[in-house]
Amino acid sequence: MLRRVLIANRGEIAVRVLRSCQRLGIEAVLAASDADLDSVPARLSDAVIRLGPAAPGDSYLSVDAVIGAAVAAGADAIHPGYGFLSENPALARACAAAGIVFIGPSAGQLEAVGDKLTARRHATAAGLPVAEGGEVASPGDAVGLAAAIGFPVLVKAVGGGGGRGLRPVARPDALAGTVELAMAEAAAAFGDSRVYLERYLPSGRHVEVQLLGDGRTVIHLGDRDCSVQRRYQKLIEEAPAPLLGDELREAIRRSAVAFGEHLRYRGAGTVEFLVEPESDAFYFLEMNARIQVEHPVTEAVCGLDLVAEQIWIAEGNPLRIGQSAVTLAGHAIECRINAEDWTDGFRPTPGTVTTAAFPAGPGIRVDTHVQAGTTVPPWYDSLLAKLVVSGRDRAEALTRLRAALARCQIDGVPTTLGMHERVAAAPEFAVGGVDTAFLGRLLQPEPAAGGRRG
Amino acid sequence: MELTSEDVRDILRLLDDLPYSELRLETARFRLSLRRAAGGWTQQTEVLADATVAVADVAAAAAGPGPEADGAEMPAVAEVPAVAEVPAVAEDGDSLVEVRAPLLGTFYRAPRPGAPPFVTVGSQVTPDTVVCIIETMKLMNSVIAGARGTVAAILLDNAQFADQGTVLMRIRQPA
Repeated sequence: MLRRVLIANRGEIAVRVLRSCQRLGIEAVLAASDADLDSVPARLSDAVIRLGPAAPGDSYLSVDAVIGAAVAAGADAIHPGYGFLSENPALARACAAAGIVFIGPSAGQLEAVGDKLTARRHATAAGLPVAEGGEVASPGDAVGLAAAIGFPVLVKAVGGGGGRGLRPVARPDALAGTVELAMAEAAAAFGDSRVYLERYLPSGRHVEVQLLGDGRTVIHLGDRDCSVQRRYQKLIEEAPAPLLGDELREAIRRSAVAFGEHLRYRGAGTVEFLVEPESDAFYFLEMNARIQVEHPVTEAVCGLDLVAEQIWIAEGNPLRIGQSAVTLAGHAIECRINAEDWTDGFRPTPGTVTTAAFPAGPGIRVDTHVQAGTTVPPWYDSLLAKLVVSGRDRAEALTRLRAALARCQIDGVPTTLGMHERVAAAPEFAVGGVDTAFLGRLLQPEPAAGGRRG
Repeated sequence: MELTSEDVRDILRLLDDLPYSELRLETARFRLSLRRAAGGWTQQTEVLADATVAVADVAAAAAGPGPEADGAEMPAVAEVPAVAEVPAVAEDGDSLVEVRAPLLGTFYRAPRPGAPPFVTVGSQVTPDTVVCIIETMKLMNSVIAGARGTVAAILLDNAQFADQGTVLMRIRQPA
């Protein structure tokens, strides 16, 4: 039984985690950087520990600072949220060494899925379909492999993930240059210059399965569709994935559980797949070994509190429910409201929020960390709020979404609200089952290359 | 303990049966305003309580600033063309092109702490050469030279904060 949890994160997920802690009677101590000492999660938590300067490398990304904060707070566990150190095996290991519970999978499991080539090997071993591809040691190497795969190919960073470190290549003559650039950028972004190639499906759908495991048993809580993306970053997610045949849906869910079982997975995690709509073929993409941004849509259809389940599992308990007890009902859609100017290439827009009004009522949930006066610092990601609507079916959820979006008002910084209204009004989205190229088509003409000018 | 969304839902359930279109609730710790507008309810919540900051300060002693302290965070990588100025003319007739910060953020000369910098004064660059990174909201923006020539000056220190449009470097273009 955990008594005091250190939340090593910020923003809406910090608020989300501390709400569950407080509901469970667990003290929530927030580890906050200098930029976040006065944030909404800081005001809501039972206590705040200063983690370090605003720059993430000195605070939220520092294993030493986070462990130091947990020890100073007398916390018996750390919840890492998502991003930052949430999937870093070094934090999981440092927790073990300090006698602190890491609310997440084991360090070995984090390693198995964090290296995307290792994850591919595990997927193959577990019998999952993976897209043709493999590691490239040098730009020259890539030519032969790409020829064998066939163009277009996707250059992916081994240390990437979450949609980061990806570059599509359409033609052979652009390959070597792109691989070279991707290696340099991967080194910059992930501290690991290794890249690999995969067959690129420009118009696939992104479908993922939520897993819960206790180290012995693995169950799924249904699927989500996250195909509304821009530059591989998800903007709208829904559960369940619309217009998926029963057989295909079942096969995808079975594959995800097989992957979790192969790893003897412990905690909450998500297995991501790319689905080729024409052929109903699907491929393993990666596993995210943490709570995900879009977890509320799953909570809305399965009725579970996933953070509470994470805590329950971290306390060493076996899963509270078996697969047959999981009931999925209704439909939920989530919009990520980001501090970005979607009319200007989704330029990040730090600043100060002057108004934050959100819809309320049946079937509406808003997870946010902003209120009037909240500053949006340039140091961290741009997520301001998640608007989650649910209904008995997708049509009802979509009707509610349109009405709810109209009642959202955020002033002070440009946001992606207008883009969400565009999507919610689009006939293609109303039909359901859009592919990852949908948003780009909808927002055309995109600002010309080189659009971000000051 | 503040109001949860479940609490707000319960309050709304009560209000739905009453002829009111607005509710304001203020305590020492929070302020809630509910308003019935076209199409449904709107809420504005403000947490007023100050944060309880513990005295303990555990700021990391290690890890100097860098775009990536330990490889854990996986920032997005975007390519942002630098905002090149109208070339100025150097004394010898070569033109100087300014490389400006395309957006505000932290200026990094190297891909990661300890790695060699992308360029130094005297480096030959082409328009596509990545000369630095500007990190904004987890987005690692590779800044490209935008001109062919030689790096003539680097005007910011590593890890310095740059406003949008700040001149980061000058590139000397042969006449």
